[in-house]
Amino acid sequence: MDLIFHPLTLVTFLPLVGVVILLFLREEQKNLIRWVALGVSLATFIVSLVVLAQFQASNPDLQLVIRRVWIQVAGWDIAYHLGVDGLSILLVLLTTFLTPIAILSTWTAVEERVKEFMIFFLLLEVGMVGVFLALDLFLFYIFWEFTLVPMYFLIGIWGGPRRMYAAIKFFLYTMAGSILMLLAILWLGIQRGTFSLPDLVAQDQIPANIQIWLFLAFAAAFAIKVPMWPLHSWLPDAHVEAPTAGSVILAGVLLKMGTYGFLRFNLALFPQAAVQLAPLMAVLAVIGILYGAAVSFPQKDVKKLVAYSSVSHLGFVMLGLFALNPQGIQGGILQMVNHGISTGALFLIVGMIYERRHTREMDAFGGLWKIMPVYGALTLIVALSSMGLPGLNGFVGEFTILLGAWEAGQASGSLGSYFYAGFAAIGVILAAIYMLTMFQKLFLGPLDKEENRQLKDLNWREIVTLVPLVILIFWIGLYPKPFFSLMAPAVDKLVANLSMSLAALP
Amino acid sequence: MWADRLILLPVTILAAWAILLTLVDLYIPEDRKGITASLSALGLVLALLANWFGVRQPQTAFFGMAVADGFASFLNTIFLLSGLFGIAVAYDYLRRQNIARSEYYSLMLFSISGMMLMGMAADLIMVFIALELLSIPLYVMAGFHRDRLDSEEAALKYFLLGAFAGGFVVYGIALAYGASGSTRIAGILSAVQSGSASPVLLTIGAVLILVGLGFKVAAVPFHMWTPDVYQGAPSSVTAFMAVGAKAAGFAALLRVFLLAFPTLSDQLIPLLWALAALTMVVGNVIAIAQSNIKRLLAYSSIAHAGYILMATVTLGQNRLMTDAASAALFYLFAYLLTNFGAWAIVILLEQQEGKGLNLQDYAGLGKKQPALAAAMTVFMLSLTGVPPTMGFLGKFYLFRAVLEGGFIGLAVIGVLTSLVSAYYYLRVVIVMYMQEGEPLVNRDVLVRWTAALTAIAVVVLSLFATPLFQWASQATLYVAK
Repeated sequence: MDLIFHPLTLVTFLPLVGVVILLFLREEQKNLIRWVALGVSLATFIVSLVVLAQFQASNPDLQLVIRRVWIQVAGWDIAYHLGVDGLSILLVLLTTFLTPIAILSTWTAVEERVKEFMIFFLLLEVGMVGVFLALDLFLFYIFWEFTLVPMYFLIGIWGGPRRMYAAIKFFLYTMAGSILMLLAILWLGIQRGTFSLPDLVAQDQIPANIQIWLFLAFAAAFAIKVPMWPLHSWLPDAHVEAPTAGSVILAGVLLKMGTYGFLRFNLALFPQAAVQLAPLMAVLAVIGILYGAAVSFPQKDVKKLVAYSSVSHLGFVMLGLFALNPQGIQGGILQMVNHGISTGALFLIVGMIYERRHTREMDAFGGLWKIMPVYGALTLIVALSSMGLPGLNGFVGEFTILLGAWEAGQASGSLGSYFYAGFAAIGVILAAIYMLTMFQKLFLGPLDKEENRQLKDLNWREIVTLVPLVILIFWIGLYPKPFFSLMAPAVDKLVANLSMSLAALP
Repeated sequence: MWADRLILLPVTILAAWAILLTLVDLYIPEDRKGITASLSALGLVLALLANWFGVRQPQTAFFGMAVADGFASFLNTIFLLSGLFGIAVAYDYLRRQNIARSEYYSLMLFSISGMMLMGMAADLIMVFIALELLSIPLYVMAGFHRDRLDSEEAALKYFLLGAFAGGFVVYGIALAYGASGSTRIAGILSAVQSGSASPVLLTIGAVLILVGLGFKVAAVPFHMWTPDVYQGAPSSVTAFMAVGAKAAGFAALLRVFLLAFPTLSDQLIPLLWALAALTMVVGNVIAIAQSNIKRLLAYSSIAHAGYILMATVTLGQNRLMTDAASAALFYLFAYLLTNFGAWAIVILLEQQEGKGLNLQDYAGLGKKQPALAAAMTVFMLSLTGVPPTMGFLGKFYLFRAVLEGGFIGLAVIGVLTSLVSAYYYLRVVIVMYMQEGEPLVNRDVLVRWTAALTAIAVVVLSLFATPLFQWASQATLYVAK
């Protein structure tokens, strides 16, 4: 029983209860289906708060660990092994927090096949939470691959006109990376005799030349998911075609699975390779920052703009992680959360206007502020947060990352050059340009399009979906200390491990 | 002598049952042929019981001609289960297609006894006899749709190429005998070890046997017959032979090669490596272009032969060979469930005159028949190797053995071709869920049960896989002294 009622088991598998209930409802009971899905996802959020309450922030180790042998295969023990620490707690909360919001956003947007939609959505939540909690490589891989299936359906059934293309591209791209990771996982199992992450970390270091290969195999899976330049090309398609709620989760959580993977596995298992390859990863990250920003600017479709801005923002996260110092990694983790909140909110905002006008072309709008002031105000806050205005969440994350990257730029640091931080800072300016341009095109200027005069401002449900995000935007922006203190001990421990490898390098 | 008969008891039961059934069937009235089907299922169940409660200790029988060991017992279970599934998917289908003749079931039982003998054969002569016993009924079954041209073509093609393959096997056996002075697997091995065998002759013999068995398992480049035969034969026959005949081919391949020819590893491994790689690549790549579901599954079955062939490259590495053989068995078991499930869906959608077999006929299935579409999705994901399914565990186990043997290149080819396969398996899912349509679905109760049962098994067994893994890892090849 302690297995089932363990808080981490509950937070992972509670959505399955919702799936079972939904199976017994009829397709016509649309509102009931929506309420059940919302209720279950809210309950999951509450359980995740219980996890937070039991979590000791000062403890750098994995906590609430549960470990049971699950499958035995020819000398290997594959374990049901979950645990949470400062690296993952915020991401678990982000997932359980965004899921009910995303479900709430579908209330009127999804009218067809509601039951299947909610089933896939709750299944997706199981996979995502599992990815952040799994400590057994095999179990992690199962959750990781499993998230593909519901997302594939969400894009493919409820998506836009090119949904089939986007869905299969999403699936194949992600699978391409993860099968290489599977081989690396198998290699670790064969050579080290265990799939348990803590056990693997505790063992002696893997020889440096092999570490590089394993690092690259894991990186293939994660870099595609992040996505890092030049592996990002699935992202705009998937985002543009996905339904709003799908985009929110895709940007808000699924991309974080990639950055989290780097943090949890690459940095912990292959520290020497991480130190050696840090400059390469940082170069790709900086290219991603600049490229994403540059490509966002000329977009005509708002959703595509937001999608490309994700490439830029995730570049910041990667730069922070591969600064390999406490500031950089803490900033990276916080920026993962920030991006989930801001970009999630941006996709919700795009979805709201799309539901009204069935277009996302920026040229079709203009002067919306006059008739939709609430919508305009909320959009402004979110856009400012996304471009990193001081006082809002984006600033805290990006500033910390740049600090970390600057420090890593010292001769003794992992990057060894100040150029990384310098170029990345340009990305902040570019973000301001494309975000403000978007805002201007949508909300300012004359209200000269006839179709737009009749638009209604946000209703209560829509405000309710956005307000929690806005509250967090201010909270993290003005008082980020509680968030940093959750992760700081675990990050320090990780960095201590890394600097030992750094010192060992010739 | 009695001990010998006890060892062959499952096969004996089945073969005798098949003979009796042919006679008894004459007294069963035309409108109650369901009895024949039920009786043949009963025969399979009896043989299953004999197999499970039969011989515990591995031992040989009839002067080392046959052997009962964990390996054979595991395979027998696969064969007998494929017989049971084979009857379940055939009964309604044959009547619906107006080709219900009760010889079908006896033929199937004969074929299964051949397959079981194949798994137990410890002598090359036995391998050949079993090969013919399992094949000849299959030739007839492939042509069961007598008034359809493509069914006749399938039967003829299968027969001619099968006979050809049989010729290769016999010639290979003759050369192996010439080289070593024995047709017994243990005899060949001891001749090689004592240095009295001619390695050149033995290698040529082994290669010829490989060619012959390559036909049976549909390995590239010996796969040419597969798409036409799989498409032309009645779907219930295809479902049965895709699992049964393939598993039987691998039974002989694994036992003969891993036990008799380990010393030829230098010559054979490059060949087996290339054969596996080629089969995976060609099968998966050509499957992309298919629009007929039967052809698509035919190429998919070729591709899966490639994955299982990977197990043979561990030839000569003693401890690894055991692991690899177990992994191959586990993979075959996963394939049994997945494949029968997928074919059950195909049968449910197949209409008269070979209609309802195009991918487009599956459009809208997700809306009209959500349970069936969900089951088909499970099968497609399992064939791709996406967790949580048996197909994923099978690949996982197999790739482990290959990597452990140091064949990283082959493993990389394996995973990359899995990626390719995702494309065409997912196309089936796309059509079912993302396109509109009015699919015609038959009612066939038993076929629906088969689909439901296998779909649940594919997922649930993968979550609680420890007993299956243990069973497979104990299903080792017994080396007779």
